[in-house]
Amino acid sequence: MIQTEAITQEQLDKQRQGRLYSFWKEFRKKKPALFSLFFIGFLVIVMIIGPYVVPYDPAAPDYNKLLESPSLQHLFGTDAFGRDILSRLAVGARISLTVSISAVLLGAIVGTVLGLISGYFGKWMDRLIMRICDVLFAFPDLILAIGIVAILGPGLKNVVIAVSFFSIPSFARIVRSATLESKEMLFVEATRSIGASNRRIIWKHIFPETIPTIIVYFTMKVGTAILAAASLSFLGLGAEPSSPDWGAMLSKSRDYIDSAFHLVFFPGLIIFLTVLAFNVLGDGLRDVLDPKTKD
Amino acid sequence: MNNEILLNVKHVKKYFPLSKKWFVEKKYVKAVDDVSFFIKKGETFGLVGESGCGKSTTGRLINGLIKADTGEINFQGTNVANISEKLWKRYRKPMQMVFQDPYASLSPRMKVKDILMEPLTIHYPKMSKQEKEILVKDLLEKCGISEFHLSKYPHEFSGGQRQRIGIARSLILKPELIIADEPVSALDVSIQSQILNLMKDLQEEFGLTYLFISHDLGVVEHISDRVGVMYLGSLVEIATKKQIFADPKHPYTQALLSSIPKPDPKEKREPIMLEGEIPSASNPPVGCKFHTRCPLAMDICKQKVPELKQIEQEQQVACHLFD
Repeated sequence: MIQTEAITQEQLDKQRQGRLYSFWKEFRKKKPALFSLFFIGFLVIVMIIGPYVVPYDPAAPDYNKLLESPSLQHLFGTDAFGRDILSRLAVGARISLTVSISAVLLGAIVGTVLGLISGYFGKWMDRLIMRICDVLFAFPDLILAIGIVAILGPGLKNVVIAVSFFSIPSFARIVRSATLESKEMLFVEATRSIGASNRRIIWKHIFPETIPTIIVYFTMKVGTAILAAASLSFLGLGAEPSSPDWGAMLSKSRDYIDSAFHLVFFPGLIIFLTVLAFNVLGDGLRDVLDPKTKD
Repeated sequence: MNNEILLNVKHVKKYFPLSKKWFVEKKYVKAVDDVSFFIKKGETFGLVGESGCGKSTTGRLINGLIKADTGEINFQGTNVANISEKLWKRYRKPMQMVFQDPYASLSPRMKVKDILMEPLTIHYPKMSKQEKEILVKDLLEKCGISEFHLSKYPHEFSGGQRQRIGIARSLILKPELIIADEPVSALDVSIQSQILNLMKDLQEEFGLTYLFISHDLGVVEHISDRVGVMYLGSLVEIATKKQIFADPKHPYTQALLSSIPKPDPKEKREPIMLEGEIPSASNPPVGCKFHTRCPLAMDICKQKVPELKQIEQEQQVACHLFD
């Protein structure tokens, strides 16, 4: 009666590694996404070690070098106070990435919980949550964020709240649809027939099924959040105007767009590249993790 | 086998609404339409019928995965048909289910060990991990899966092995009744017999009672003590295995049995060919549901619904021929 297969421990280990390995094998083929991953990895490294390795103090003005064009000494040139733009961008990465990632994380947590509840319990709970989301969807993202910052007052903390607020409904909706799908699966019914509580079914069985969708969407939303945070800073609603935040830098330098083009060009370029990288990475992850949602 | 009745289903109905629109005439799929039967402790009751006749719905109704519209389901002396989900938890332990599709019924992201320990965690929250692991190992061994496979994921097993795991999961809480919903129809024929024999062995060892749902008469003949035949949501005949296979009374049962392939091609057989398709359960025929395809239909069959009547010891038939 006992069936034993001749599988050695080694083979077993190989199989277990298999999941991550096969993901990597697939992902490796997506060259643009891979490149984006490297770029984001580079940004993260800059974010961590940036303040310790930059050649110039990002806050110290140098009145002998106002509005200097890019040179070997100052690769990206200097701004109206003679501060090195490269150093400021490198230090600013910390602000931009922290703000956007923590905002999306907050939005993802709240949105996921709402989506799971809404999708699993259905009925009036679902209708209530989805209608609230519809109301939030009705406002353009940035208008909603401006409104929230206007109520709470400017500052980075409030930017985080504002940006996370407008990512809640999209996470709620996407997690809800993933929940609806996995709720109908046989193993969920099987767990219910064992006598598992709703909380257990949601947390142990349905939530793991939605993780790939969440990862993909999270990556894409970070791009949007960087743009939104930069926009709010540009409008003077986010970071302190003097801080090396990317959006704030753009805002401060727009007066010099005729005379010193590099002042707007480099912050704009870095925002553009970062947002692009997150979107391309998200695209690649979706192709590998969640091919069903592909258009 | 004693005569104690473990499960008694009385006049259970389940209609699924077809549309939820307001002001539109409500239409229903009569999935289970007035079904009554009982299962004695320690026996195997086979429930057969064509696909879509309501066998699986009956199983799910008994298990409380869906709630019955009307009727009683008496299990261990309590009517469990309409009790709350909280009270149900008490009856989930003695009543377990084995599902048709072993590929879909196990969580793909959980190890075998965790899948099997989960029922214990739910019902015995104080049990230690070591104790659970011992129970799981022991039971898996009995179900033919060696300890060595404990930390594998379901996708690393074959269909037959997965069904063994599914059966082990249903047994871990030491239940009395197991509802097996087509447990072997997704498997190869060679594996089918292994699983059926395993189920028989386990029944002997643990004193289990089975409700065995299947469309395969050969399988049902192999495992059942008593058999119920379903057609379009109603039971048309209930009898012991011997009676059903030797002397079927209802014309539908006769037709069904004549369609079993025989291993000897030279043997003369005259299958009773039923005409037409199985009618839609949303619009079943008036009177006897089988009269549209019955070769022996009479006038009364088009008007009056036949009731399930005892015609012999242990044999009940719903047909006007036996009035």
